[in-house]
Amino acid sequence: MIVRILGEGQLQVDDSAASELNELDAKLEATVERSDERGFASALAELLARVRTIGRPVEPGALEPSELILPGEGATMAEVRKLLAGDGMIPG
Amino acid sequence: MSVMKRVSMMFRAKANKALDRMEDPRETLDYSYQTQLELLQKVRRGVADVATSRKRVELQINQLQQSSDKLDRQARDALSVGREDLARDALTRKAGLQSQLNDLNTQYQSLQAEEEKLTGASQRLQAKVDAFRTRKETIKATYTAAEAQTRINEAFTGISEEMGDVGLAIQRAEDKTEQMRARAGAIDELMASGALDDMVSGPHDDIQAELDRMGAGHDVDAELARLKGELAQGSAPRQIEGTANGGAAAPASAASAGQPAPAQPAPPVADASPVTDAEPADQPQAGDGA
Repeated sequence: MIVRILGEGQLQVDDSAASELNELDAKLEATVERSDERGFASALAELLARVRTIGRPVEPGALEPSELILPGEGATMAEVRKLLAGDGMIPG
Repeated sequence: MSVMKRVSMMFRAKANKALDRMEDPRETLDYSYQTQLELLQKVRRGVADVATSRKRVELQINQLQQSSDKLDRQARDALSVGREDLARDALTRKAGLQSQLNDLNTQYQSLQAEEEKLTGASQRLQAKVDAFRTRKETIKATYTAAEAQTRINEAFTGISEEMGDVGLAIQRAEDKTEQMRARAGAIDELMASGALDDMVSGPHDDIQAELDRMGAGHDVDAELARLKGELAQGSAPRQIEGTANGGAAAPASAASAGQPAPAQPAPPVADASPVTDAEPADQPQAGDGA
């Protein structure tokens, strides 16, 4: 599957990694729910690091949409909330 | 629901909404391509804007650094003529500048990082836009309008995601450069108003004025201090040998070597010192002879 890290581009990740990434993602989600900014930062960093380790960059000219999209490195909880809140947020 | 799935859905929804608005799928291709080219222009302008901001901050850093170096020199000059009060004054001002400098350096690094990110985003978008153009021509040449629909949807969704990503990067960079611009503007204003000058060097650079005022006496004092230092060093070992004979003279020479610190008007010092210096210089020779 293709995973995009916002601000970095797309990575090809083996489908078998899905459950592992889901676990990390669930941890991230939990930090959002309890408004734990610090926990959010470290959970996001962990998830991104894992995706970078197991993923291979997709060739730049590919036009396939990503299955999963991750907030970029250093994104704050407020930014992610804004991203999820409304359809006006994503420009382009 | 999971964060990454929700973000993906937001992007997908955005693409679908745009697709729904299009009536003729082939027109969609050309229209989308136009939008892509516009976005490419925009992201390139974004890179240029960030670079401009970065250069402005760089210029300010250089100016403040020069001021800081100047204060450092003044502190040294002041210390060399024994004016610790002036040196302290200069160092206090330097510390004030230093915090501004640290702040500017942080800003500089953050702008530099933003510039790199945006440059990367521009290159990725360029690659996708090129691919899209090729795909668009193929679709137009090969498929009927009905067949083309699915292909178009695929290509459009793919590039729409990239465009959304780049759009976010541009927004973030714009926000950041806007903040920087405001802060850089504030520092420029400070510089123009002379408030920062006051911090650097006082209204009329009072530290420098004081140092200059002492200039004439300073040269003589410094020269005297140097000579005394040389004599004190040259005579020290002999004093040990000659302690029995020159015991009384040794404390006198140590005291006189410590003397030049308080800056006094040149004439009295010039008169007094050779006399006190002459004694220890002669004394050891007398001791050697005995």
